[in-house]
Amino acid sequence: MLEPSFVDLLDRGQSKAWGRMSDLLGKIATERSGDAFRRLFEQYGPRLVAYMMRQGADAATAEELAQETLLTVWSKAALYSSDKGTPTTWIFTIARNLRIDALRKTVCWQELSDELAETIPSDDVAPDHAASARERQERVQAVLGTLPAEQRDVITLAFIDGMSQSEIAAQLTLPLGTVKSRLRLAYEKVRNALEDLR
Amino acid sequence: MSTTISRHPDIASLMSYVAGSLPEPLAAGVSAHVSMCTECRRRLRDMELIGAELFRASPALRARKIEITVPDLEQDGGAREKPVPHANRAAEKLPEPIARKYGLAFDTIPWRPIGEGAWHYRLPLSPGVEGDLRLFKFAPGYKFQLHGHGGAEFTLVIDGAFSDATGVYRRGDAQDLDDETQHQPIVDEDLGCVCLIACDRPLES
Repeated sequence: MLEPSFVDLLDRGQSKAWGRMSDLLGKIATERSGDAFRRLFEQYGPRLVAYMMRQGADAATAEELAQETLLTVWSKAALYSSDKGTPTTWIFTIARNLRIDALRKTVCWQELSDELAETIPSDDVAPDHAASARERQERVQAVLGTLPAEQRDVITLAFIDGMSQSEIAAQLTLPLGTVKSRLRLAYEKVRNALEDLR
Repeated sequence: MSTTISRHPDIASLMSYVAGSLPEPLAAGVSAHVSMCTECRRRLRDMELIGAELFRASPALRARKIEITVPDLEQDGGAREKPVPHANRAAEKLPEPIARKYGLAFDTIPWRPIGEGAWHYRLPLSPGVEGDLRLFKFAPGYKFQLHGHGGAEFTLVIDGAFSDATGVYRRGDAQDLDDETQHQPIVDEDLGCVCLIACDRPLES
């Protein structure tokens, strides 16, 4: 039997794994530890490949993009800090940006939030402190667990399958307005759950 | 910079934007608004948590059997320079993502006239992408004809103001319309208006 990965431990709510993943990123950033990188790779590589394939990449392209994602993590690890979000959030946003560029062959208009912070003068309130990144992610986990299937399906098609609103409407044979309102409802629930953490 | 922004993109647009599934021209428009709007940046941060959680927990992605080769690492590749801030960025009126991607500055946009009191400048999209992304400049008091939209239309005010039946839109404000809305905007009588308009279908003019 396979050892449970960090990501699976997170599934089981073992929040220690958050810290271990941040430690890995820390080791990658400060010690340039190839060993830490290989462990990160084992944790996220397969999931990233699956994500890229779900978004329409063939197996070879999916592997390339997964590697590119984690190499970006390697080269930008110094920019990561736990007060910006959990490692999973950060790695997900990197993967998303790479796949917009590569799979859609369109310009990616997304910024990594740390790059945004560097290039735009901002009066943003820093998202609290290190501990709350984890708490925020756990709250979101709880909310998404209780989401009605119809809302969960729509956000999954948007986030995991990379479908536009019109594509989702066609796939589920729903009016565009219904797709929009389900996206809004899902967000409202998450927002409410995070309200007191601001 | 963002304290007076009162009109934001549809939450559904922000969700698709974060998911990376908003069509390119609309994503450009949202990106430009977000660069000016603290409140939407906060929303995006919450939405990124949704993406990460789905990425982490989605059964569809829980494939353990995938073999993946760990690439060789260049030990020196990690040294990363911080982006050099643009010299006049604080004074630049164009939203940062637009100014940077197209190498434009507000004062030197190469406007081309399209009829009395209106100018435009087309911003190229990626090859094969449907839609339209343009900067527009309208003279003070310019009146539009009542018009609908063949698809989604996203407008971001960069300078001046316009108003329609739904109210006044000023710098940083976004109007995020679907294909069912008709409107008849009127440009501010003193200030005129410069805006970014993005559509997921080609415009007629």
